[in-house]
Amino acid sequence: MDVLAGKIKMTQQTVNSTMNPADMLDRPIRLTAKDVTVHYGAKQALHGISINIPDRAVTSFIGPSGCGKSTFLRCINRMNDTIEGARVGGTIKLDEQDIYDPNLDVVELRARIGMVFQKPNPFPKSIYENVAYGPKIHGLAKSKTDMDEIVISSLRKAGLFEEVKDRLNEPGTGLSGGQQQRLCIARAIAVGPEVILMDEPCSALDPIATAIIEELIDELRENYTIVIVTHSMQQAARVSQKTAFFHLGNLIEEGVTEDIFTNPVNKQTQDYIMGRIG
Amino acid sequence: MAIDTLPIAKQTPAERTQVVHDGLRARHLSENIFKGLGLAAIILALGFVALLFTDIIRKGLPAFTQENMHLSVNFDPAIVKVDPVPIRNGFASEAEYQAASLKWQRSVALLNWNKVVEASLRAAAPAGYEIDTKDLLTIAETDARHEIRERFVANPTLLGQTVDIDVLASASAVNWIKGNIDRSLQDSQQQLSPEARSLIDTFVENGVISRGFAWSILTNVDSRAAPASAGLAGAFFGSLYMMIIVILLAVPIGVASAIYLEEFAPKSKVTDFIEVNINNLAAVPSIVFGLLGAAVFINYMHLPISAPLVGGLVLTLMTLPTIIIATRGALLGVSPALRQAALGMGASKTQMVFHHVLPVTFPSILTATIIGVAHALGETAPLLLIGMKAFVASVPATPMDQATALPVQIYLWQGNEDRNFFEPRTAAAIMVLLAFMIVLNGIAVYLRSRLEKRA
Repeated sequence: MDVLAGKIKMTQQTVNSTMNPADMLDRPIRLTAKDVTVHYGAKQALHGISINIPDRAVTSFIGPSGCGKSTFLRCINRMNDTIEGARVGGTIKLDEQDIYDPNLDVVELRARIGMVFQKPNPFPKSIYENVAYGPKIHGLAKSKTDMDEIVISSLRKAGLFEEVKDRLNEPGTGLSGGQQQRLCIARAIAVGPEVILMDEPCSALDPIATAIIEELIDELRENYTIVIVTHSMQQAARVSQKTAFFHLGNLIEEGVTEDIFTNPVNKQTQDYIMGRIG
Repeated sequence: MAIDTLPIAKQTPAERTQVVHDGLRARHLSENIFKGLGLAAIILALGFVALLFTDIIRKGLPAFTQENMHLSVNFDPAIVKVDPVPIRNGFASEAEYQAASLKWQRSVALLNWNKVVEASLRAAAPAGYEIDTKDLLTIAETDARHEIRERFVANPTLLGQTVDIDVLASASAVNWIKGNIDRSLQDSQQQLSPEARSLIDTFVENGVISRGFAWSILTNVDSRAAPASAGLAGAFFGSLYMMIIVILLAVPIGVASAIYLEEFAPKSKVTDFIEVNINNLAAVPSIVFGLLGAAVFINYMHLPISAPLVGGLVLTLMTLPTIIIATRGALLGVSPALRQAALGMGASKTQMVFHHVLPVTFPSILTATIIGVAHALGETAPLLLIGMKAFVASVPATPMDQATALPVQIYLWQGNEDRNFFEPRTAAAIMVLLAFMIVLNGIAVYLRSRLEKRA
């Protein structure tokens, strides 16, 4: 294991020294992770992840199940805080702000870094209330008109407004799976986050709903920094500009999506992309 | 292991199907046996419940009727020998008038009103019917004289007039009329003399005694001197006060503790210890809570004895563990997805709990609470120890007044020496208690369905 880890570090160094993917994307860096480790009790789930995430682009994390990609994603908005016995090491910076700074309020952080989960999880409230909840708790709407505007524009951005405009007061849980997931995206957008994390957002959806969400992600890229975890390599290839491959808690390879899929440097990445592991 | 070395590989598909088929009979048999046992258990349980209810209702229903005696009462000046009622104008000062008025009321109270009752009964009896005064008075309830006196005090101009007044037949008379006592028993074993019994029969025949709905069981307080007028009002209000106290105290404290323990408390040895002890408290016999209440609330804090306040506090202690455990269970059952959704939106932990987790669990918390409160409502043992089995002949005006409770009233009536009369009363009291609980449960079911619809 240690041997493997060493080898991987070297690969990573090679990658880092030979090219800077963010530069190649011609984008400023938004998020910087350095030597991030995660322990769940005695078990180490992440072994020193370092990665840069470009602004207003889609970065995808791929890798076989249990590789740590979701764990790393959850570090970015400190959702791991809620797990009993989870310890996070290393640093993650949003712009120059250390996310794990003890003086930083996690509530504020999560208003800046929104999250969409694997299974659509709308609140058991009306569609309107679902979207309005974030602005309400953060005090972003000064009046009812403000709130209506936020809700409608968020639903529009999530491409859901036309479908639900006549039933904003009906429960969000009554929508179809794909609509629920778009409602969750609208809910995340409503707070005006800078970064949106998506944890396998399409894994519970049918192909048509998946296609709609993918289109939506592509549109959202204009305004938001998006990090998406997916176990579908086609999806990563379709929606993301940067891809990072995780395996057994290590970041094996990262780079411009096209390069990773057409010309992977690492043998393991190659194997995974060819369908030999995972 | 290679597949061809497995035993099943040696069988042809047809053989395997046959093996499966042969096993089916045994499987279906065991399934049917289990289903049958389950059904039998349900039928047995329902049978017992039905038996219990029919028995209680059969016994209790007669107690909801009472035997009214319609008497023509003559306020004969020869018996009602009192001065004319003082009037305000005849006195120089208010104080003098008050004094004279009190004196008059005292003289009225000291009259032997039983003589009026006796005269009225004799007037109602067939002409020339011979019966002892003592035996005659056993027919009307002992509070008949008070009722007649009150009528006179309220309206002193009745002197010399004859008015129709309804009084209750005595408990013994009711036993005789309703057949609570075996009519074939010999005289020495009967509660009433032969003359009284035959006069009662005459009264029933000629309509002097008739049956009506017994509002008195709902509106009167307990009475030992006049059992026929004994009612549940005092016990009902005692129970009501205790319920209000339990709901006001146990629900917020219980739910708040559960929320703290489940959502906020760090997992440590201390919280583990607390959790174990809460579980143990739920299993403590209720009478121990009564002892605790007597020692702490009455001896140490000097709260009034027999008061619904103390009863409510004791029942609160008893109900708390149930509510805490049930609420924690409900909170634990909330899907992590909902919590993550709220936290992911940047909700604080408190906002997550109060905006999302609690609304979802509210129906189950409500159900658990109602079960706990209903349990407390039916609790008797701890109340006996804090003095709530005292005979209290008034409706408690505040939770600090002496009172009794419905289950304790059932216990007291069950132990009354006039078994013939109080057996139906006890069953009737049980019916009232059950009705109270059904109403409570009905409210819970209604609230629950409303909340679930809204969510």
